[in-house]
Amino acid sequence: MLGTGILKGMVETAKNFAGSYHDPARLTTVEYPEQRIASKENARQFPMLIHDTEDPMKGLRCVACQICEKECPPQCIYIVKSKDKRADYKGQMQFYPATFDIDISVCMSCQICVEVCPFESIKMNTEFELSNTDRFGGLLIHKEQLAKSNEHYRKIHPTEAAASDAVLAAEVAKAQAKAKADAEAKAAKAAAEAKAKADAAAAAATPAAPKPSSPAAAPAAAPAA
Amino acid sequence: MAELFQAIDQFPVILKHWLMSHAAGVLPEWVLPLLSAALSITPILAVFPLLFALTTVVERKGLGRIQNRIGPNRVGIPLTDIRLYGFGQFIADGIKSLIKEDVVPRAADKVVHFLAPIALLIPVLLTYSVLPFGKNMVPLDLPQTGLLFFFAVGASTELSVFMAGWSSRNKYSLLGAMRAIAQMVSYEIPLILSSLTVVMMAGTLSLTGIVENQATVHFGFLHDWHLFTPWGFVGFCLFLTAAAAEANRTPFDLPEAESEIIAGYFTEYSGFKFAIFFLAEYLGLFAMCGLGITLFLGGWLPPFKFLGFIPSWCWFLGKLVALILLFIWLRGTLPRLRTDQLMGFAWKFLLPMTLINLVVAALWHMSGGAVPVLVRWAVGFVLLAVPYWLLGRGFEVKFTKREYRFAN
Repeated sequence: MLGTGILKGMVETAKNFAGSYHDPARLTTVEYPEQRIASKENARQFPMLIHDTEDPMKGLRCVACQICEKECPPQCIYIVKSKDKRADYKGQMQFYPATFDIDISVCMSCQICVEVCPFESIKMNTEFELSNTDRFGGLLIHKEQLAKSNEHYRKIHPTEAAASDAVLAAEVAKAQAKAKADAEAKAAKAAAEAKAKADAAAAAATPAAPKPSSPAAAPAAAPAA
Repeated sequence: MAELFQAIDQFPVILKHWLMSHAAGVLPEWVLPLLSAALSITPILAVFPLLFALTTVVERKGLGRIQNRIGPNRVGIPLTDIRLYGFGQFIADGIKSLIKEDVVPRAADKVVHFLAPIALLIPVLLTYSVLPFGKNMVPLDLPQTGLLFFFAVGASTELSVFMAGWSSRNKYSLLGAMRAIAQMVSYEIPLILSSLTVVMMAGTLSLTGIVENQATVHFGFLHDWHLFTPWGFVGFCLFLTAAAAEANRTPFDLPEAESEIIAGYFTEYSGFKFAIFFLAEYLGLFAMCGLGITLFLGGWLPPFKFLGFIPSWCWFLGKLVALILLFIWLRGTLPRLRTDQLMGFAWKFLLPMTLINLVVAALWHMSGGAVPVLVRWAVGFVLLAVPYWLLGRGFEVKFTKREYRFAN
């Protein structure tokens, strides 16, 4: 009958009304500044730069390759590459960002910078209390504010951070393996050279020996490395 | 003891007489009618806007609770930790709307744009002049035309709504105004027809007369409210439905449907003019509730005779607050109607029901005295319930199942 639906609805809302007073579990909201809900793992706000060492400025993973700057759809990233190089986490010499600014009034939190970064360096932060009295300067975030430790990243996005750490560990392992292989090759080469020298010396002692054997032996050792 | 209660009940009247008698010697003759009018108007201007202010907070808190939220609970006394459960909110809102910039669109018809909120507020306030708020407490007792005056003045709000929508030079405003006009004109008819039953029974258009007609006592304790009759009960429900539509309340808030047309006819209003629209809308709702109380809920009369010691104006205000809470509850429950549903509901359901209700009221009146009460009740019930069921059937299908003719 017409009207029964209205009555049913009114009973439902009355239940909600009364229930919200004596059953706090019903309340879906919290009183924000005093009570906070921990942010969800998939939450994201604006990008941050990950650093590994104590001093944020020395340990930034960013190598100022500027891929994110070029890919950023609203063009909110501004990077100036350093003049000098410094060793990164693998010990490789790399450039670093002299300036790294993100204008969060322009940023649309699309996460494309995170997806294109080959160095696991830029990630999404979950900080949201970014209101500012200066709407131009205050919303232009510099690298000092952008730098966040890897521990922070592990805390806010545990799953993602684990994957990121695994990638970096694999990179390091690869680099170490390569360094080891390089070292071995170098040793082999040195040994081969030493042997060739010894052979040459022996050949010099024996006049009948063929002369161009040592230049041919050196290129043959190189592919082995 | 009875005299004390009497004195509390009639306190506003006595105060006014005392003031007038003292002013009579001091002030010139021609000032006295003006003073009398001012003294009658002042309580209305003090009580109802304050009630509006409190209603805005209560409504937001109530809707919050209905949606399992806490609702506003922050604003209290500034510079202290006293929060008053958020009841300082309306003062903050008022100050905000007073100091906000008043933006008028460049293409707007500036004179009409300026006049519209005033032209809306004044008729709404005028409707209060004929409402009896308590025993001997009616600012303007029109013995022949009270109800007619209420409806005549109340209907002129339609003009100001259209003034607002037209002068804004905004499509949404105009759409909202057109919707409002269509809705108000359609629902005016069931509103007036449902009130007409009361006029038929009471035999007077005077609102005080209608209240006094309900003062007779049944079984020694029960006041004869019009609500306690089959035609009165149905009439009250129809009246409330039509009143909700007249006051643009949910589920009939199409003229200001936020999701469709921003804020309807007051889209282009800001600052204090917006606040006046808001105020006028709520005052219109209160006036409609006040009229419903006067017509059906016995006005200032208590439900039981032994509760008569509570001042009459308390009963009026109490019933008013109860109706306001009912409207808030409805707003938290019902979704908005579609335009065609709205029109169909007015013309195909409310109008036939009010007409049938008129017939039932006439039968009730004719059969008074000769026929036993139970038989009258049974006849009234059948005559109203069967058409309700029959008319409602079609709407149930229409409201629950939507056909997408062009999409299929």
